[in-house]
Amino acid sequence: MIAAPAVLRAQTAARVVVIGGGFGGASCARALRHADAKLDVTLVEANKTFTSCPLSNEVIAGLRDIGAQQFGYDRIVAEGVRVMLQAATAIDASGHKVTLADSTTLDYDRLVLAPGIDIDFTALQGYDEAASAVMPHAYKAGEQTLLLRKQIEAMPNGGTVAISVPANPSRCPPAPYERASLIAHYLRTRKPKSKILILDAKDSFSQQKLFEQAWQQLYPGMIERIPLSQGGRVTGVEIGTRTVITEFGNYNPDVANIIPPQKAGRIAVLAGAVDRTGWCPIDAATFASKLVPDVHVIGDACLGGGIPKSAGAAQAQGKLCAAVLARDLTARPSEPPPLTGVCYSLVAPDNAFSLSGVYQPKGDLFAEVEGAKTSPVDAPPATRAAEADAATTWFKALTHDAFG
Amino acid sequence: MPAALVNVPPKARRGAVIEIKTLMSHVMEPGYRHTAAGEVVPRDIITSFTCRFNGAEIFRADLFPAIAANPFLSFFTTASESGKFEFEWIGDNGFVATASAAITVE
Repeated sequence: MIAAPAVLRAQTAARVVVIGGGFGGASCARALRHADAKLDVTLVEANKTFTSCPLSNEVIAGLRDIGAQQFGYDRIVAEGVRVMLQAATAIDASGHKVTLADSTTLDYDRLVLAPGIDIDFTALQGYDEAASAVMPHAYKAGEQTLLLRKQIEAMPNGGTVAISVPANPSRCPPAPYERASLIAHYLRTRKPKSKILILDAKDSFSQQKLFEQAWQQLYPGMIERIPLSQGGRVTGVEIGTRTVITEFGNYNPDVANIIPPQKAGRIAVLAGAVDRTGWCPIDAATFASKLVPDVHVIGDACLGGGIPKSAGAAQAQGKLCAAVLARDLTARPSEPPPLTGVCYSLVAPDNAFSLSGVYQPKGDLFAEVEGAKTSPVDAPPATRAAEADAATTWFKALTHDAFG
Repeated sequence: MPAALVNVPPKARRGAVIEIKTLMSHVMEPGYRHTAAGEVVPRDIITSFTCRFNGAEIFRADLFPAIAANPFLSFFTTASESGKFEFEWIGDNGFVATASAAITVE
């Protein structure tokens, strides 16, 4: 009787449900399908169109159209993945069932959760969902991205844009600084008397030397940053007076981009896969949840350790998770793909640098192998321009891998 | 940039409980670390923090090597009368820093 489940799986196609059609989930669903066409793969996603966060800072700065960030699921459907475009509303882990918004239920042998992040609307006093319509976070791409862009376009010359940055762990740690750079590019071109104020809950940040050098060279005097130890941590907002509150002072910027602390997406909470950190503990070798059997968690929602919460990392995790599942469910050996992540930070339209790393599972977390590779601090403009081109190529490859 | 940050409400009702927040920029070197050459990095920490209100001590804290850099201290008191809070940080190597803030109690 012990062997019965394996026999059943051999006779009927094993069913994998993936919830979340972002870079992690979409890449995982496609990779499962490619690993074995007999696998029964369903992708559940609440939105018809996916809007990419990578390169969305260019949309904020008016350098890119939001349409270039958007991707549909038609090609994934054409490959034989069943795509359900509605929200998952409940997960019955012991019954191996997912319920969708229209009450459809999906049975699974394995469930992959790729819910990304949710904004923690309880973390900052006064910053709830309604407040984000006045002070956008723009940390989930789409309407929020366009709202921030509109506010910056409407700001008078001489105004101040404040960006509040949360402590780690958070999605894409260099993104707020890339955002500051590209907004500075827009302001220097259109409204040169304006300023940017970064209120930071961290003392040091990813690729700090590269960013600070770029700011000095490209936008001298435009960007001021108040780190944690100078009282930079934002603790709340007052929407009525448009005030941003820190432990040691209040600010009244013309535009306030509040990036609050984050947590694993809602569906991970419903599944019971989130611990008190707000993130999902996993076994790093298999992405198996430490809390719920037969559930795997990939991407920004998991407690990653050394691996950043980035699109590239989520995609690499999605592919590796697919290889692990295909091996388990089809008993066919497979070569696990490497866990690599690369991210580009654009500081001006033709000026970028990058950070890349190779990671390995180490217990419950991912450890960096041999340390990350960062672009040199002193590089000629041609090198930076080449990296800006490479960023475009990288984005095409990333989105092609995820959405076909 | 100032080394000391303090946050005292400028105004309060008589009898109200108020929060006072302070942050002092300091390395808080614990004295247990070694350089690459094997030499001990000497201890350099803040050892004591005092808050006085109109000359009388209302709050004191002793600090130890396990406390992280840039110590942030927050405490509560009752607003009894208008006056001046004085803050003092004392540490290794003759470290002394002060700050002050006034409050109006109505």
